[in-house]
Amino acid sequence: MINRTLLAGAIAVALAISAPAAAQQKVKIGFISTFSGPQGVMGQYMKESVELALDHLGRKMGGMEVEMFYGDDQFKTDAGVQVAEEMLKKNQVDFVSGIIWSNVMMAVVPIVTGSGHIMVGSNAGASPLAGSQCNELYFSTSWNNDQTPEAMGKFMQDQSINDVYVMAPNYQAGKDMIAGFKRYYKGRIVEETYTKMGQQDYQAEISQLQSKNPKAVFAFYPGGMGVQFLKQYDQAGLRGKLPLYTVYTVDEISIPAVKDSAVGIYETRYWSPDLKNPANLKFVTDYKKKYGKLPVFYGAQSYDSILLIDSAVRAVKGNLADTKGMVLAMRKANFDSLRGPFTYNVNHHPIQNFYLLKTEKLASGDIEMRIQKTIFEKYKDSYYQDCKMKW
Amino acid sequence: MNWALVFEQLLNGLQYGVTLFLMAAGLTLVFGIMNLVNLAHGSLYMVGAYLAVAATQWTGSYLAGLALGLVGTLLVGMAVEVIALRTLYERDHLDQVLATFGLILFFNELVAMIWGRAALFASGPAWLSGHIELFTGSRYPLYRLVIILIGFLTALILWYVVARTRLGMLIRAGASNRTMVAALGTNIRLLYTVVFGFGAALAGLAGILAGPIYNVQPGMGELILIQVFVVIVIGGIGSIRGALVGAIIVGVVDTLGRAFLKPLLGTLISLPAAESAGPALASMLIYLLMAVVLAVKPAGIFGSRN
Repeated sequence: MINRTLLAGAIAVALAISAPAAAQQKVKIGFISTFSGPQGVMGQYMKESVELALDHLGRKMGGMEVEMFYGDDQFKTDAGVQVAEEMLKKNQVDFVSGIIWSNVMMAVVPIVTGSGHIMVGSNAGASPLAGSQCNELYFSTSWNNDQTPEAMGKFMQDQSINDVYVMAPNYQAGKDMIAGFKRYYKGRIVEETYTKMGQQDYQAEISQLQSKNPKAVFAFYPGGMGVQFLKQYDQAGLRGKLPLYTVYTVDEISIPAVKDSAVGIYETRYWSPDLKNPANLKFVTDYKKKYGKLPVFYGAQSYDSILLIDSAVRAVKGNLADTKGMVLAMRKANFDSLRGPFTYNVNHHPIQNFYLLKTEKLASGDIEMRIQKTIFEKYKDSYYQDCKMKW
Repeated sequence: MNWALVFEQLLNGLQYGVTLFLMAAGLTLVFGIMNLVNLAHGSLYMVGAYLAVAATQWTGSYLAGLALGLVGTLLVGMAVEVIALRTLYERDHLDQVLATFGLILFFNELVAMIWGRAALFASGPAWLSGHIELFTGSRYPLYRLVIILIGFLTALILWYVVARTRLGMLIRAGASNRTMVAALGTNIRLLYTVVFGFGAALAGLAGILAGPIYNVQPGMGELILIQVFVVIVIGGIGSIRGALVGAIIVGVVDTLGRAFLKPLLGTLISLPAAESAGPALASMLIYLLMAVVLAVKPAGIFGSRN
C-alpha cells in the first residue's frame, strides 16, 4: 500500500519535472563552492555574485533560460568530487564553475573535462593547471596562486625594503606563497616562520617577531586565521609601527570583522571594488544595493565566470553541443570583465594587471581598500611555458 | 638567551593555558560528575562569545555584555541539559558522542542563521586596549594580562565552591555515589542541571574573553575543543585541580614549543632541517606530552583510579 502510493507519487513528480524540460532547452550550470562550515562565508559571497550576474543577464544566455545547481564541497576534496559527479550525471549540467580550494580543483577538473564538459574555475589557481596539466576544456577567471605574492615581492623589492619577517601557515599554499614572494623579492629576510594550520593565537610568534627587530612583515593568513592575526598584530601595538604587507589576508570579508585593525595594511590583487571601469561600477553599486555590503574578489571572479560562459553560449548561438566552438569563443574573453579588458594566455589563464592595495579609513568612517598603484601590467603567470596547448 | 623574551613567552603560555582552563573546568566537571562526554562544550563557548557581542552592541557597555553573555550561556546550558542531555546519562559514551556531535551541528547552523557566516566584529573595552611595559622595549597587551587574572580568580572561586560549600559537597558526593545522594533526599536532577549550567557559563566566559582576540565565527568552538580534551586527559578526568595544572602545562608547552623549538633544533641539526622539523614538531608537542602522561599515569596527573 505504502509502496504503491510512493510509486504513484514518484511518477507524478517525474512527469512534473520532465514535462517542461522537454518543452524548452535550458543552459544548466553547476557551481561548486564551500557553503557550510567556517569557510562557508566565501561560498556565500560567490553565490551572491553569481546571482547578480544572472540578474544582469536577465537570467538568460543566448535566449535560453539559465538553471543553476549549487554544490557544497564542504571544504573537502571527496565531497567536491561527489557533487561534481552528481551535477554531470544527474543534473546533466553543460558547464561547471566555482571552486575555492586548489586540492578540490585538481580533483574535479579531470572529472568535468573527462566527460567532455567545460570547467570555468573561479578561484583556485593551482600551478599544475596553469602549466603541465593545462587543459583545452579548463578556463580560469581568477589567477595562478603565485601571482599575487609575486606582485608583493616585486613591490617590496622595488621599494628596497630590507629585513623582512615572513609568516605563513605550514601547508602547501603557505609554502607556495612564500616561494612566489621570493621569486621577486631578493632583499634580506630576517626569518621565515611557519605556523600551525588553523592556529588561533599568534601572540607567541608576535613576541618572537618583535625580538628580531624587522623593518617590515610579509604574511599570508587566509580566512579566519587572517582575522585573528590582524587583531592580535594590532593589539600588540605593531600596526602603524611595523609595516605589514599581506596577501589574501585583508579583504572585504575580513574587514568588517577587524575594522580598524586592517587600516594601513597593504595587499596585492588583480581587482578591487574601487577599480574604475563601467562594468565594475555597475557590479559594485548593484551588489551594495542588493546585499547591503561590499563585494569581494572571490565574488568578482565568479561574476566573470558566468559572463564568460554567457559569451560562449552566445557565440555558438545556443548550440551547446558545439564544445569546440565554445572553447574558441572563450579564448577571446569577449565580455565586460570586472577587472577591465583582458586576454587569455595559451594556458587559459588571464593575462592581467596586478595592483597594490591599501586599507584606508575614508572620511565617511567606512574602511575600504583603495588601489595605490599598478605593480604588474598584463602579467603572465610563471608556469605557462610548461603548457603544451597550441592555439 | 634573551630572558625578557622567555618571560614574555611564559606569559603568553599562561594566558593560553588560562583560556583552556576555563573550558576544561566545565568539561571535566560534567564528565567526572555526570559521566557525560559533551562534545558540544565548544558550542557553548561559541554561544557565550556571540551573546556577549550581541549584548555589548545592544547595551553599548562591555561589562553589561559580559554579564548578559554569562547569564545567557548559563541559561542555554541548562536548557540543553534539560531538553537534550538528560536522557543520555544512562546511555553509553558512544551514544553521548553522537548526540552531542549533533548538538554541535545544530548550534553552528543556528548561529549562522541568526548572525550570518561571516566573522563578527568583537572588541574589548577601550580601557583595556593599552599596553604594559614589562621591560624596556617589551610591551605586553593589557587585555591578555587581565585574562590571566580572571582565569586564576575563577580557579580560586571554583576551588572554594567545590571544597568549602554545601553545593560543592553535594557535587563531590554526587560524583562518587549518585544513588546514595538521591536516597538521602537530594534532588540529583536539579543538581546536574545546575552543574551543567555552571560548566556552560565557564565555557561561555572563555568564549567571551576570547572574542576580542580570536575569531567570532560559527564553528569557533571546535578549534579549541581538541586542546581542551588534551588538557583533561593530562590533568585527570573529573579533577578541577587537574584541569588547572593540565591547562597551564599545555598552554606553556605549546607556546614555548612554537617559540623556541626551531632555534633550539637549529643548534643541534642543520638550519634548513630545523626550519621544516621545528613547526611540525611544535604542533605535535602537546599530543606527545599527552602520550607520555598516559603511559606513565594512565588516569592523568590528578586522576583517580576508578
